[in-house]
Amino acid sequence: MFHIYCPYCEELREEEEFHPKGQAHIARPEEPDACSDEEWGDYLFFRDNPRGIHHEMWLHAVGCRKFFNITRNTVSYEILETYKMGEQPTVGAEHLAREEKTAREGKTDSVQVAEGGQQTVGASDAAQASVKGA
Amino acid sequence: MSNSVHVYDARADHATVNAQSPLAYSFQRSGMPAPGEEGRAVVGERAFLGHLILRGGAIVLDEALREVLGIGLPGRPNSLTVDADGQRSVQWLSPDEWLLIVPGDETFGLETRLRAHLGGSHVAIVDVSAGQTLIELTGEAAHGVLMKSTVYDVDPHAFTVGKGVTTIFAKTSVILRRPDESRWELIVRRSFADYVYRWLLDAGEEYGIGVARESRHESQ
Repeated sequence: MFHIYCPYCEELREEEEFHPKGQAHIARPEEPDACSDEEWGDYLFFRDNPRGIHHEMWLHAVGCRKFFNITRNTVSYEILETYKMGEQPTVGAEHLAREEKTAREGKTDSVQVAEGGQQTVGASDAAQASVKGA
Repeated sequence: MSNSVHVYDARADHATVNAQSPLAYSFQRSGMPAPGEEGRAVVGERAFLGHLILRGGAIVLDEALREVLGIGLPGRPNSLTVDADGQRSVQWLSPDEWLLIVPGDETFGLETRLRAHLGGSHVAIVDVSAGQTLIELTGEAAHGVLMKSTVYDVDPHAFTVGKGVTTIFAKTSVILRRPDESRWELIVRRSFADYVYRWLLDAGEEYGIGVARESRHESQ
């Protein structure tokens, strides 16, 4: 039970009404005929699966039935913003970096920042090691 | 390629065809309990209305509608405009889509006049009257029945008069709207009408829900 803001209906609506539709801002190659197989394959089949900020398309399936974009943190599931099709996101990876920096300087016990610059929430070194099977 | 649209009156001639409302079968099979003494929740069908879907730019459609019908297009999301005698309404469904509901016998004439007025504008008008029906819910407990059925906030203070949304209702989808203080309207797909009717009877049992008999669920 959580709410998503639909930029077309201009209000928060129940999650049940929405469907995720994958990565946003994928540009079709200008000249498909001039593409290499690799470029075309990347365009058609390969999608990012980032740990952190992800720009996604969602569909307000039961509602206005419009596609829109969501910027979401795949670690915390936090939705940072929603915006209409054709618009550009205002929140990007630097938002996460800034948050991490604050967390690092604040030296909070609950949030740790791993070497790779990724945020791991509430995990001790030992717990992480056991998860990774080390 | 020809640009012309073939328009014909899809409405059955009720003088010669015995049309049945989407709920006619449900009334026979599931029964029509009479409303309790207090009539705390009453459900009823308003059958054979004309439902038109308008798609296109808001400005051009608004102009045509004001000219032809005398009511404006609601520009704000999730809003509903009802004309003076409450018989005709336009509802915002999406940024380029509106639902127009009028008395059944006006549908074809209205569609024709709208088309004539819109000329070659980039719009679509689709008669969906046969695909959906309108269920009316009244009584003081009506909003209690809705609260059990939908995740949308139907608190009368939040869901004010003149609002209308498309949302989840009992695992299916409905268009839910509030044309005036005392009435809620549910627009359901024909194929889901029986399910929604039986759901309402079940959900409203504790409030002594009953069915208002409309004069015409079947035309003779």
